[in-house]
Amino acid sequence: MHRYIPNTEVDKKLMLDSMGAKSIEDLFEDVPKELRLNRALNLGTALSETDLTKHMHALANKNKSMNEGVSFLGAGAYDHYIPAIIKHIASRSEFFTAYTPYQPEISQGTLRVIFEYQTMISNLTGMDVANASMYDGPTACVEAGMMACANTRRKSVVVSKTVHPEVRKVMHTYMKFRDIEVIEVDMADGVTDIEKLKSVVEKNTAGVIVQNPNFFGIIEDLTEVEKITHENKGMLITYVDPISLGILKAPGELGADIVVGEGQSLGNGLNFGGPYLGFMATKSKLARKMPGRIVGQSVDVDRKRAFVLTLQAREQHIRRFKATSNICSNQGLNALMATIYLTTMGKKGLKEVAQRCVQKSHYACNEITKSGKFKPLFNQPFFKEFVVTSDMDSENVNKNLLKNGIFGGYELGKDYPELENGIMFAVTEKRTKNEIDKLSSVLEVI
Amino acid sequence: MKAYDQLIFEICKEGRTAYSLPNCDLCNGEMSEFIPNAFLRVHEVELPEVSEVDVIRHYTNLSNLNYGVDTGFYPLGSCTMKYNPKINEDVASIKGLTDIHPYQPEETVQGALEMMYNLGNMLSEISGMDKTTLQPAAGAHGELTGLMIIKAYHESRGDVKRKKIIVPDSAHGTNPATAAVAGFEIVEIQSDKNGAVDIDALKAVLNDEIAGLMLTNPSTLGLFEKNIKWIADLVHEAGGLLYYDGANMNAIMGKVRPGDMGFDVMHYNLHKTFSTPHGGGGPGSGPIGVKEHLVKFLPVPVIDKKEDQYLLNYDRPDTIGKIKGFYGNYGIMLRAYAYILTMGSEGIKEVSEIAVLNANYMMNKLKEHYYLPINQVCKHEFVLGGVGGVLLEVSTLDVAKRLLDYGYHPPTIYFPLIVNEALMIEPTETESLETIDGFIETMIKIAKEAKEDPQILKSAPHNTPVKRIDEARAARNLIVKWEK
Amino acid sequence: MKIIQGLYYSKDHEWVKVEGDKAYIGITEYAQHALGEIVYVEVPEVDDELNVADVFGVVESVKAASDSYMPVSGKVIEINEELEDAPQLLNEKPYESWILAVALSDRSELDHLMDDKGYEAFCKSESH
Repeated sequence: MHRYIPNTEVDKKLMLDSMGAKSIEDLFEDVPKELRLNRALNLGTALSETDLTKHMHALANKNKSMNEGVSFLGAGAYDHYIPAIIKHIASRSEFFTAYTPYQPEISQGTLRVIFEYQTMISNLTGMDVANASMYDGPTACVEAGMMACANTRRKSVVVSKTVHPEVRKVMHTYMKFRDIEVIEVDMADGVTDIEKLKSVVEKNTAGVIVQNPNFFGIIEDLTEVEKITHENKGMLITYVDPISLGILKAPGELGADIVVGEGQSLGNGLNFGGPYLGFMATKSKLARKMPGRIVGQSVDVDRKRAFVLTLQAREQHIRRFKATSNICSNQGLNALMATIYLTTMGKKGLKEVAQRCVQKSHYACNEITKSGKFKPLFNQPFFKEFVVTSDMDSENVNKNLLKNGIFGGYELGKDYPELENGIMFAVTEKRTKNEIDKLSSVLEVI
Repeated sequence: MKAYDQLIFEICKEGRTAYSLPNCDLCNGEMSEFIPNAFLRVHEVELPEVSEVDVIRHYTNLSNLNYGVDTGFYPLGSCTMKYNPKINEDVASIKGLTDIHPYQPEETVQGALEMMYNLGNMLSEISGMDKTTLQPAAGAHGELTGLMIIKAYHESRGDVKRKKIIVPDSAHGTNPATAAVAGFEIVEIQSDKNGAVDIDALKAVLNDEIAGLMLTNPSTLGLFEKNIKWIADLVHEAGGLLYYDGANMNAIMGKVRPGDMGFDVMHYNLHKTFSTPHGGGGPGSGPIGVKEHLVKFLPVPVIDKKEDQYLLNYDRPDTIGKIKGFYGNYGIMLRAYAYILTMGSEGIKEVSEIAVLNANYMMNKLKEHYYLPINQVCKHEFVLGGVGGVLLEVSTLDVAKRLLDYGYHPPTIYFPLIVNEALMIEPTETESLETIDGFIETMIKIAKEAKEDPQILKSAPHNTPVKRIDEARAARNLIVKWEK
Repeated sequence: MKIIQGLYYSKDHEWVKVEGDKAYIGITEYAQHALGEIVYVEVPEVDDELNVADVFGVVESVKAASDSYMPVSGKVIEINEELEDAPQLLNEKPYESWILAVALSDRSELDHLMDDKGYEAFCKSESH
């Protein structure tokens, strides 16, 4: 008998007797004999807690975690400070063992957290309404593209090449199956090429997608992008780093119609790429076109304030094949962590984190490029990531760094062959002067 | 305990802080020295200002307004709300497993890749499929990936006419929605009187435009589709493929496998069958398994093993592409992996046996008190059609709300759509006979109340933190964020 | 159930009220009852040209959403803006709360619709 299965032999017999069955096999009589699996599964024997823990530690030892070095790796997943209280709250099982809040009377905890989350994301992005979260940044961005297509009844989206390569890849996969055209726009000096953008945006463009700060960490000027998009009655979709919004203008102020992004930076660990959360926010008039769960405020029969999932008629369980999206879940637990992060950091903390990212990354960029061995690849304002290049192979540079206990930057040649020796370093508020100095001194002697 | 009705914004005080940033050794320079003023915000973001104690108390109080599997019995049909083992949480937070960046060099993440490689193989063993991708983030995401693969398969053969997917009327709402998102037209077929696929209805729609059939087995009624082999042959003969919705895998593990039933592609719900917590709506994980002829279409990267090294293989010319950032919900995979290792071959089979035993036991005890539309042996769940009889004034919603008063999470209600006043009950294997008997007694008591005092059901719940909520008001007069 | 004389009715439970070349379109008592509490009405834009059987909007309740189909063809000349803030009017006064008005492009299409008697019989057959 397994410890997670409480039925004793006596229980089983009593239960079988009560329905006139002889054995559990009787309950599988509806499975045709020729289909039944007539052998044991090959999954090994059950491990005890001790053995499982040993096995998992052995696996862990085959990794080299970021604790065992200093990391300058970013490119969409970031090593930011995570307040200790997050794990304490998120591991309350009233939160993490609950289902989607279909029964609002006993789910006010989850519903209130999501309502707070929606408020914080709306405030951060300068938009009217946010949903309860999506799988991750890239899929949130694709959903925004599909939402723009549904809303404008057009079948083409324009994406800048300065948008994260993974986002563009996921976009291509989804859109290919929906017969939606994806047009990529070239870049000039690390930012979206405005002339080229002008030449492709037209009356069939449902949306224009730009990232800000873009994949290279550069803060783009969206004035022209906004103008071109709206002149053609398309929707402006911006993919943003939520931490940067501690100091940067809100996308709502810049004229965005839909704002999406990767929320991992908000108190969620690296976890080898997931689970993360995608956020999405938009204007009131588009609320009913937005995919995903949304929590609204109402009252109960005693006129007491209460929260409930709302606008459900948009969703798959009611609209079925006419739904705006097939999404069914939200990243509830990750959104909880993001909410606690934003609460803990608060108004001042988020701004300070963003400021330190700017200060430290600029210090690092100066140190690394001082001698001229590495040069900045672009001459543009940046947030927490920057790109340098040299005449050395970037993979080789990173190998040398790793030998010195440093996880180097992202090698751009993988996605941008024209930037072959380019390395992009991410410097979060966690990096210290010593760590940055060590990085630049190791780079100097490679 | 005191009733709690605060939002975090309502307990703020200017100047309070709860954060602790690393000591500042490089905090020099105004922002405008680095970034043009035009890009900088003028006003700070409206976020809470609270102390650490405020944060902890607030969210602890909110958690007390919730009901989780750890609180009590959660027989939510189709959702497999089984116990979430605590050791899985512990091992999934071992630093060496979690503090790794998705773009680290492969040689520094061999442990993570090994786990993923093994988990994929274990899932294939359980399902009888040939290869697994762990990339999809949820069941619906797995469905989408699976249908993309079906489309890619037909197109690779130049069979471009196949643009329709057959979905039974008993299917999960995600099935038709997913087919539409994947660019298919939907052909809905009615179920027969036993809730099974109507073979004649199926034959009538099969032709050279059909790309595939999506099916849940056991069905959403909790009944095993006995004709599955026949159905599979019919669809295959017509040139279509079969998609298996793995939502109901908890009924069949170690007993029968989708791969052996004739399915070509399927998804698993790690957050249902493999015990990972639901998190109040997510994160889930929805890996998909495929048969050999579909392997080349799997999303990239595929995790391969070469000699003793594991690697992320992107060199796959026929792939459908990427369907998510990075590699999937790795943190969830760790928990599911720990679960399978903890159960072992025998334990996994026992899971399904006891899940089915519990469901049949409950069904038999309740069928005298509630309407049971189809009286035959069920699998891991069963569907009742409300209190029934002449008591039409008491709805399934009323029964569900009354259950809240007795401390239970209600079953899934009004699904599947083909049963009026549906109550879909899934006890899972982790509940004791005493818990199940307690629930049965309560259900019988409610059926009695429905006859004797229907008003007490109609005005339920009575002792929850809030009572029935005006949902129309929430949707008409949209308030979706807090404002001063 | 209330059915009004002098209106035309479709099998999708819409009513049409003709005034000269102008036709007002709404949903019937039967439809509003089946949907439950209506929370939102999606409408087309003025000047949209719609053909018979085209989807002209969606009526959403808390638990359902139903596409509305054009019972006649025509160009949209007016939208009932009152419904934007008070969609519940469709529940409360279904025959007074028109959703849109069109300029009829083919009066003969009215012949394919039912009168009140025909619609009453149709509803009876539907509920069986």
